Amino acid sequence: MTFATSPAPHVVAPNSVRRVMVLVLFALAPAIVMHVVFFGVGLLVQVSLGVSVALLSEAIALKLRDKPLHPFLTDGSAIITGVLLAMCLPPLAPWWLVVSGSAFAVLFAKHLYGGLGSNPFNPAMVGYAVLLVSFPAQLTQWLPPQLADLQLMRPGVGDTFYTIFMGHLPAHLTWDAITSPTPLTSMRNSLSMGMTMQEAQANPMFGALGGRGWDWINLTLLGGGVWLLVLRIIRWHIPAAMLAAIAVPAAVMNAVDPGAYPGLTFHLTAGASMLGAFFIATDPISAATSNRGKLIYGAGIGLITYVIRTWGGYPDGVAFAVLMMNAAVPLIDRYTVPRVYGHAP
Amino acid sequence: MKTALHGGLRLPGNKQRSTQKPLRLIPAPAQVVLPLDQHAGAAAIPVVKVGDRVLRGQLIARAESEISASLHASVAGTVRAIEPRPVPYQRNAPSTCIVIDNDGSDAAASAAAVDYAALDPRALSEYIGNGGMVGLGGAAFPTAPKLRRGQQGDGPQLILNGAECEPWISCDDMLMRESAQQILRGAAILCHALQASRCIVVIEDDKPIAERAMRAAQAALHDERIVIQSVPTIYPAGGENQVITTVTGLEVPASGLPSDMGVLCHNVGTAAAIARWIDDGEPLIRRIVTVTGSGISEPGNLEAWLGTPMSELIAQSGGYAGSIARLLMGGSMMGLALPRDDLPVVKASNCLVAALPADLHLRGTEMPCIRCGNCSEACPVMLLPQQLHWFARSHDFSALESLGLMDCIECGCCDYVCPSQIPLAQQFRDAKPALIERLTSRQQALQARQRYESRDERLERIEAERQAKLAEKRKAMTQNTTSGG
Amino acid sequence: MIVAILVMIAIGTVLAAVLASSSSTAQRQQLLTERINERLPQTQCGRCTFTGCKPYAAAVARGEADINQCPPGGDATAKALADLLGRPPKPVDPRFGAVLPRPLVAWIDEPACIGCTKCIQACPVDAIVGASKFMHTVITAQCTGCELCVAPCPVDCIEMRTVTDVALS
Repeated sequence: MTFATSPAPHVVAPNSVRRVMVLVLFALAPAIVMHVVFFGVGLLVQVSLGVSVALLSEAIALKLRDKPLHPFLTDGSAIITGVLLAMCLPPLAPWWLVVSGSAFAVLFAKHLYGGLGSNPFNPAMVGYAVLLVSFPAQLTQWLPPQLADLQLMRPGVGDTFYTIFMGHLPAHLTWDAITSPTPLTSMRNSLSMGMTMQEAQANPMFGALGGRGWDWINLTLLGGGVWLLVLRIIRWHIPAAMLAAIAVPAAVMNAVDPGAYPGLTFHLTAGASMLGAFFIATDPISAATSNRGKLIYGAGIGLITYVIRTWGGYPDGVAFAVLMMNAAVPLIDRYTVPRVYGHAP
Repeated sequence: MKTALHGGLRLPGNKQRSTQKPLRLIPAPAQVVLPLDQHAGAAAIPVVKVGDRVLRGQLIARAESEISASLHASVAGTVRAIEPRPVPYQRNAPSTCIVIDNDGSDAAASAAAVDYAALDPRALSEYIGNGGMVGLGGAAFPTAPKLRRGQQGDGPQLILNGAECEPWISCDDMLMRESAQQILRGAAILCHALQASRCIVVIEDDKPIAERAMRAAQAALHDERIVIQSVPTIYPAGGENQVITTVTGLEVPASGLPSDMGVLCHNVGTAAAIARWIDDGEPLIRRIVTVTGSGISEPGNLEAWLGTPMSELIAQSGGYAGSIARLLMGGSMMGLALPRDDLPVVKASNCLVAALPADLHLRGTEMPCIRCGNCSEACPVMLLPQQLHWFARSHDFSALESLGLMDCIECGCCDYVCPSQIPLAQQFRDAKPALIERLTSRQQALQARQRYESRDERLERIEAERQAKLAEKRKAMTQNTTSGG
Repeated sequence: MIVAILVMIAIGTVLAAVLASSSSTAQRQQLLTERINERLPQTQCGRCTFTGCKPYAAAVARGEADINQCPPGGDATAKALADLLGRPPKPVDPRFGAVLPRPLVAWIDEPACIGCTKCIQACPVDAIVGASKFMHTVITAQCTGCELCVAPCPVDCIEMRTVTDVALS
């Protein structure tokens, strides 16, 4: 009898790129729900737009590069890019913002470098950075959280769709009336106006941990991240190093001057700390290779984030920190090759 | 230095199926095909001709170089041919084999038991080599040269490897259950050959019956040199370097051998075969083969004569059951997929797996590497398979060398965990020969340079001596002239 | 602003001085020659127009020779030198000799050998054994294939063959 042959090993774990991406999406889902609870349905529209454009851009790029649509289009990586980018944008941002950012991320930051696996920079962060630098005004139009004790004007579902697709507010609303700075921006403004941190946190927008609404979102992201750790989709090195590198300087500066520098609970639950630690910095393609390299990489991101937040020109520094450490990855990899069995250290 | 195995995988063993029935010796076939190069090293040189009558156990090919093994007839009969035949360990090139037609007489060559303790270690290792002994764990490395290297130290530690970590294979398990005393007898012989003061028998903890049998035999023997040690069941804990690290806590140096560390590792099957040769005078002419897989009707462990066609073993196991996806020689992680089943059983044939599609999980479409790092977590040698993959694709051999490609043991753990389904182990197997060629030519260039420089030096020295002699002569001549007038 | 420019110039000057003083030109030249020599096949054949591999390496380090003058090294050596020196790679210049697909070694037709030792003197790596009036033979494992022994033989009993041909003969 004759048989077909193939090289060893003949068993492979039933793992796939798509499975990894799908589990990451599941881990993000509770945070998206929490976001909608506090800030309205705007995020859902942004996510839908972001994902559709990401998939469309991916399809165009694959065709231009003569690559088959299956399995690359369905591997889930473009969907993740679209979702992460949408989560970084204000819920009422005009449609062309997420569309251009998403297309730029997939076409320029991913396919120009060679597609899946070859991009040195995190595509979602590249898209976000481009939008932040090109359209700063639109990226400050955040909404306040929907909390019962805060009597604020809120756009309804219809208003939300109108604003996003028409690119401007309906007649009965103004930006001043409905927007509110994020906790990081609010803290920054208050401190620069001479208030102490305690006075700044007396604002009803702040809760025990940090900005209300945002603290819940960050906690669900932490939960999702821990779930991914348990499933071994991500490893602990990057999230632990990044969060430690935010928390330690925050705690130190807070001890030095409690009035001028927010503490670690604020920083860890504000902005993109948790999203960055568990979902953005852990993007394996643009991160360092070895475990020691990952620790350095994560720590670098955390430290740069803290520096930008405290002394830099932007309220949150995660995007730029990630991009800067992406650039440093080849250097980190060169110097953190682990010792091989049987070789001297 | 670490003691625990780095990485590795916990795999379903699939060994229950083949360990339900006792060992069975199957009858010799009508014809045996015995490849001359079925061991690591140089092929054996035939000492018989076509048409010769041979007895079972008679020497038919001799080891002629340092690393080689001799070969013995596994049946009595006539040498039908000495010609190339397909062999399981070489895909496209047949190997020269001695083909013997069984005359049914079962006449055995005269076999004398030997008092091994009376022989000195050198003589004993040579005698062991005369029995055609090779490592029966699957690599078939000739035992005599390995012993000789071990003898260069003083009293190394002997380790008997009964780990058998790869899924599906259970031949060592059954051997330990049924022939524990013979294994320990082989251990004693090996201890004498190596002047070893200690022998540790390593058994994975998924073999409780085998462990009990070995402990009982060891207790009955009252030999304090021999210790039975249980180790956790992780693939590939049974690899030679991995076993040594688990037992001693030291790492085998990359540029050296275990004997350099004062350790020698042999398979339990090899020890039993040595005992059979010393005590019963039977050289290595049969071995236990696990015949298993969901595609076999009656899986079990059979003792087969070397050179038996594998189809015979399948028939003795009730034949195939279902549509076979792959016929593997070895286990599911490192086994060779055979293109046909009429290939002969060789010294390295530890297992045959007739696998149905459900037994295997064959690779899907290959995607680009997403740099997830699962591979380096799983690698027992602490390599970065991800980086090896990128550099193997770009044929960057100096990077492959510095990242340790030559240390790869091809266990397949990285393949197993890769979400992009990249055939990493095969890629590394393909890249190694090119790297070896590069390293060899660099070695040769270094030698040529040394010879050139010493020749240059020699010529300069000769020239300097000649000039010195001429200068002396000139001086003597001028002195003569001045004094002679 | 002027101050900033002056400070930058000062820092640059200091750092340049530190770098320049860290090794002399001669040391750098020697190090470069050594590094180039390591990448050459050590055939010592002279096809590059220099008397050995080290002189060729020194010439490349001085800029007096190009990186593609070594046929025994082939395109792989030319590329290795290009990588080392940061130049674009180029194939071996055919004017210096043909790049052979398989390495050749010298082989002496022993019955025809008259024992004159001319080939022994010519071999740059002492790969021929023999003495005056005794037969000569090539140690195949040590032969680099430089072909310097072929011309001096007065009876033409030495020729270049592939390694497998020599093994079978």
